[in-house]
Amino acid sequence: MANDVLQEMTRQGYKYGFSSDIAADRVPPGLNEDIVRLISSKKNEPQWLLDWRLAAFRKWLTMKEPTWAKVSYPAIDYQAITYYSAPKPKAAGPKSLDEVDPEIKKMYEKLGISLAEQGRLQGVAVDAVLDSASVATTFKGQLAEMGIIFCSFSEAVREHPELVKKHLGSVVPVADNFFATLNSAVFSDGSFCYIPKGVKCPLELSTYFRINAAGTGQFERTLIIAEEGSYVSYLEGCTAPMRDENQLHAAVVELVAMDDAEIKYSTVQNWYPGDKNGKGGIYNFVTKRGLCKGKRSKISWTQVETGSAITWKYPSCILQGDDSVGEFYSVALTNDYQQADTGTKMIHVGKRTSSTIVSKGISAGHGQNTYRGQVKILKSAEGARNYSQCDSLLMSDTCGAHTFPVIDVQNPTAVMEHEATTSKVSDDQIFYLRQRGMSQADAVSLIVNGFCKSVFRKLPMEFTVEAQNLLDLKLEGSVG
Amino acid sequence: MSPNNHASKTSAPLLEVKDLHVEVNGKEILKGLSLTVRAGEVHAIMGPNGSGKSTLAHILAGRPGYTVTKGSVHYHGKDLLALEPEERARDGLFLAFQYPVEIAGVANTYFLREAMNAIRKHQGKEEMDAVDFLDLVKEKAALVGMDERFLTRGVNEGFSGGEKKRNEILQMAVLEPRLCVLDETDSGLDIDALRTVAEGVNKLRSPERAMVVVTHYQRLLDHIVPDFVHVLQGGRIVKSGDKRLALELEKSGYETVKA
Ligand SMILES: Nc1ncnc2c1ncn2[C@@H]1O[C@H](COP(=O)(O)OP(=O)(O)OP(=O)(O)O)[C@@H](O)[C@H]1O
Ligand SMILES: [Mg+2]
Repeated sequence: MANDVLQEMTRQGYKYGFSSDIAADRVPPGLNEDIVRLISSKKNEPQWLLDWRLAAFRKWLTMKEPTWAKVSYPAIDYQAITYYSAPKPKAAGPKSLDEVDPEIKKMYEKLGISLAEQGRLQGVAVDAVLDSASVATTFKGQLAEMGIIFCSFSEAVREHPELVKKHLGSVVPVADNFFATLNSAVFSDGSFCYIPKGVKCPLELSTYFRINAAGTGQFERTLIIAEEGSYVSYLEGCTAPMRDENQLHAAVVELVAMDDAEIKYSTVQNWYPGDKNGKGGIYNFVTKRGLCKGKRSKISWTQVETGSAITWKYPSCILQGDDSVGEFYSVALTNDYQQADTGTKMIHVGKRTSSTIVSKGISAGHGQNTYRGQVKILKSAEGARNYSQCDSLLMSDTCGAHTFPVIDVQNPTAVMEHEATTSKVSDDQIFYLRQRGMSQADAVSLIVNGFCKSVFRKLPMEFTVEAQNLLDLKLEGSVG
Repeated sequence: MSPNNHASKTSAPLLEVKDLHVEVNGKEILKGLSLTVRAGEVHAIMGPNGSGKSTLAHILAGRPGYTVTKGSVHYHGKDLLALEPEERARDGLFLAFQYPVEIAGVANTYFLREAMNAIRKHQGKEEMDAVDFLDLVKEKAALVGMDERFLTRGVNEGFSGGEKKRNEILQMAVLEPRLCVLDETDSGLDIDALRTVAEGVNKLRSPERAMVVVTHYQRLLDHIVPDFVHVLQGGRIVKSGDKRLALELEKSGYETVKA
């Protein structure tokens, strides 16, 4: 019984599937050196950055799309994609919040993001990236007083070229992998964040990404630098409209934490997952990596991945500084025909470095959910520790959960712990909760939230509820 | 029969089971069971293993997987079998499970508040906030002798057998149902726990509330003194009597009471 009902319930429309009528400035589809040059010139970039892009593009031409992930999809035609699409500014000149296109404002309101400084997410500074360009950044003034830089990537290239030049590609090298290299050639915008020495950023910094124009890929680039003793918490949210065709999203995120610095990076990913039969949806091939460069530095990745037709994503940490700490907390939900291959890499280089991995995979419908993790303890990492916990929750007989943990220990002093479980939402649990007065949908929601709790509580408070609601939305449906 | 002072034979039945036949996987388990329970009464149901006691409890609560082939069940006049499990619960029917399940990661109080508010919403009452609810649940925990540290733990997560049973009675105390069905709540409880839990149950006895208590042992009925005792055997109630019937059974077993 529960199977049928669960299947019913786990089917649910995509709430964010609207597209807005915004005039866009876009380049013709296809990819060649001219397109790379065109993107760079549209953004008035300096020569060094164009050279960097071109080197990446030439490298990319020699690379092959990886096939090792447990995902399957028809071949991507890279010549059919539009690599740049920016909303056309109505008037020339620098944009202030008041000048943001009302259509764009309306769209963000529909998404529940208020760009206005007195908005819903008070205390959260928002940088909104629509298609390729960054639209507006709130709270910029207040942050600037503390020396914090939070702006679009393009602006950072213009205003802070020395910082960008120094760190760009320092964590994810140009030739890192097929999708990262592609991104390096064609990235259009993204967010940049710099926290000076000793500054604890008092606001949650947040970026909302949205793919709007049809046939476009999105290739944003995020770079966060936390200087000695600083702290920042950063949240990224993602949505895209419903479209029949698949759209490519290949982002790169680089984090650098110096001595005693801490970066908390949270993602709530809800790209359009495709319809019930697996038609359409975003291909999400993302490279995220953090470098714990300084002593006692700390980088935490927290992700709630509920969208995309395909998710290919391994937010990782290189624990270079002695006593540095890396964390990865993940909830990944796949429903209908979604496929997720996600996990993390923890590379222990420094002494007494420690890492924690908590992965919660939820599979429903025909969803396929893979955890892929690597913990590597190098010879130099005396006294390193890792704790990994990897749980799967199955909600149907047609879904799948897979785990591929790889552990590579080159120093015998390492302490490793690994736990893994697979469970099913049982008829007995649902009946128990219904006997206490809860509806079937509430019962499932409660069980799933319980399963995800250790990850949810790592999210910034104001987003915990959002993440829970999102999960409910994804799992609820027409209960008979 | 010696109904206690709560019970009254003249009131309309709260629960009326008539000639109930139930199948599980094509096998008939209940074979013409009839039972009438009035508000204020406590009925004990005893019977050998596999005789159908839990099946009766589950059928009342609406557990999926059972097929009623004949007979009827009315709950204060309503056709109980037509209701969803959660509708029955919201209408005051409570089952203390023989084997309570674990729900990992969901705090006991959070779960209980969700349950309570689902019921309150149905009754058109305002939902209770976390602070008020915590006061209430602490008071009820004291009533059933449950340590407060169990309130923040996951629902039954890693609870011992006895702790799970006590947690069922805590839930019952909080939700204040009209019809309580207790399926072997005594099994797994140590002697002291049995006494506190039974005292908790006794405090919930009231003229509006009825209880159906499934048990194998007289020792529970020493504490929760029933108005009626029924013997369920081979899917039917083969004998009914007052509390003395339980004592008889304790002495001579089920063989001698066959109808
Ligand atoms: N799903 C099922 N499939 C087949 N037989 C079942 C199923 N569920 C219950 N039964 C059978 O129904 C009979 C009655 O079971 P029930 O659990 O009601 O007994 P009980 O009186 O509660 O026993 P106990 O005293 O051991 O708790 C048993 O023979 C049991 O094996
Ligand atoms: Mg039983």
